[in-house]
Amino acid sequence: MKFKGFSVVTFAVALCLIASLAYAGNIVIKGSTTVLPIAQKVAEAYMKQHPDVKISISGGGSGNGIKALIDGSTDIADSSRFIKNKEIKLAVERGKYPVPFAVAYDCIVPVVHPSNSVTNITMAQLKDLYMGKTKNWKELGGPDRTVVVISRDTSSGTYEVWSKKVMKKERVFPGALLQASNGAIVQAVANNKNAVGYIGLGYMNDNVKPLMVNRIKGSLETTLNGSYPISRPLYMFTSGWPKGDTLKFINFVVHPQKGQKYVRDAGFVPLY
Amino acid sequence: MGKEGGKTVNIRQRREKAIRIAFFGVALASITTLGLIVLFLFMEGIPIFKEVSVHDFLFGKYWYPTDDPPDFGIFPLIAASISVTAVASIISIPLGVLTALYLAEAASYRVREWVKPIVELLAAIPSVVIGFFGMVVFAPFLQEILDIPTGLNLFNASLMLAFMSIPTICSISEDAIFSVPIELKEASLALGATHWETIWRVIIPASISGISTAIILGMSRAIGETMVVLMVAGGATLIPASLFDPVRPMPASIAAEMAEAPFRGDHYYALFATGIVLFAFTLLFNLLADHIAHKYRQVGAATL
Repeated sequence: MKFKGFSVVTFAVALCLIASLAYAGNIVIKGSTTVLPIAQKVAEAYMKQHPDVKISISGGGSGNGIKALIDGSTDIADSSRFIKNKEIKLAVERGKYPVPFAVAYDCIVPVVHPSNSVTNITMAQLKDLYMGKTKNWKELGGPDRTVVVISRDTSSGTYEVWSKKVMKKERVFPGALLQASNGAIVQAVANNKNAVGYIGLGYMNDNVKPLMVNRIKGSLETTLNGSYPISRPLYMFTSGWPKGDTLKFINFVVHPQKGQKYVRDAGFVPLY
Repeated sequence: MGKEGGKTVNIRQRREKAIRIAFFGVALASITTLGLIVLFLFMEGIPIFKEVSVHDFLFGKYWYPTDDPPDFGIFPLIAASISVTAVASIISIPLGVLTALYLAEAASYRVREWVKPIVELLAAIPSVVIGFFGMVVFAPFLQEILDIPTGLNLFNASLMLAFMSIPTICSISEDAIFSVPIELKEASLALGATHWETIWRVIIPASISGISTAIILGMSRAIGETMVVLMVAGGATLIPASLFDPVRPMPASIAAEMAEAPFRGDHYYALFATGIVLFAFTLLFNLLADHIAHKYRQVGAATL
């Protein structure tokens, strides 16, 4: 009884929210912190062109974004992963049909000091490096130097990709150094001839040397054709095919000359 | 006439009272703010202990806050903070106190007027600049000279922190030493003591509470400093076995992870709980400074 009353209230509140959103030209975006910088940059540009539209953006993680989409408390859910079967089932039960839009790709490249002679590495070798099993570059056909492993702080999206794609449920060993940003990793690797780190493709520069993974070079092309193993698409989900301002915004995000320009600025791989 | 005088007194008294209330209000505002911050710190940190026991949190050896299942053990972080502060103190205390002694006792007026502002200027260098220096200049140098795997380590961080605490230690000690009454010094010299004996037996004991306060304030600065350790300590969650191991002190961990920890999630609570531990350390330092200042307080002319 109590629960029923509560759900009626929630429903009424949601209705009011949806109604007000439809009229005020507001877009609410919630979800993945990885997609957050893209959403922020694109939304800023969009609001400059459409001053009558207000976009409010918050993080909270992919799961929370999709939950909010199912609840109807957001128009767009940012997600760094595809929607799970469990979530689709829940959405359909509530009469919602989540529609995915790939908005960018995340491509993570292992980097070493330019003086390191190693050029290619396998996924298994990368995993051994980050588990602390490989201690010397000699074991990988490189110079006789101790390996210094540099990783990202555990709450970053970059770490998340690395942990899923490379580590596959194993932990990065405690002896790995930590840097708090992509830029800091570039700085640390450029200054240490023993180091190995990993960065988003957008942060690559000449001070560090990218490694090929399984003989495939991390680049825009190999990310887009899916052959490079350490990459993933990033999504925005809407509930049903988007309408009105939300549709205009999504079109803006995926437009090669508009939104996709900012994807590159945010350090990600654009769709085109 | 008498009536008028009474009126003036009355107005003056009222004004005094108003001023007193105003001052009390200002003092209360800052104390209340501090109280609220502490309250907030505890409110946001305590919930983690529903997930993990206090013992496992403080003495757990593994810090994997985002894994499934997560491990919230901050012992490597505590060990890192303590070791970095200890090594920084070993470097900065002798340098800071001896510089202060030189400036107050041995240096000529002109040297003192020049050197003291320069030492104090060292305190004005932003910590991010010191961190950048440690990362870009000193780390590669250290790595090259000692042939160690990485220059981002405990020793580098300690040295940078020592740079930061020397001005605090030197400046406050120098004030304490300089304000030792001239009578004490003259009495000692008049009794036939040499300058060295006077410094060792009279001046230092007379200013020991000021020097101790200076040292402890310097150490508080070192343990709470964030930017430098985030940039140069390396960040490995290891319990350091050597002076050249990379470490991750508590403030570095909080700063690196807080931005993206899910709001009011376990990771967020764990970082706040780490903040509580850090707060406990600085509180301990301050109590210690207070205790020493009281215990060794000089009486009479040497009161500082």
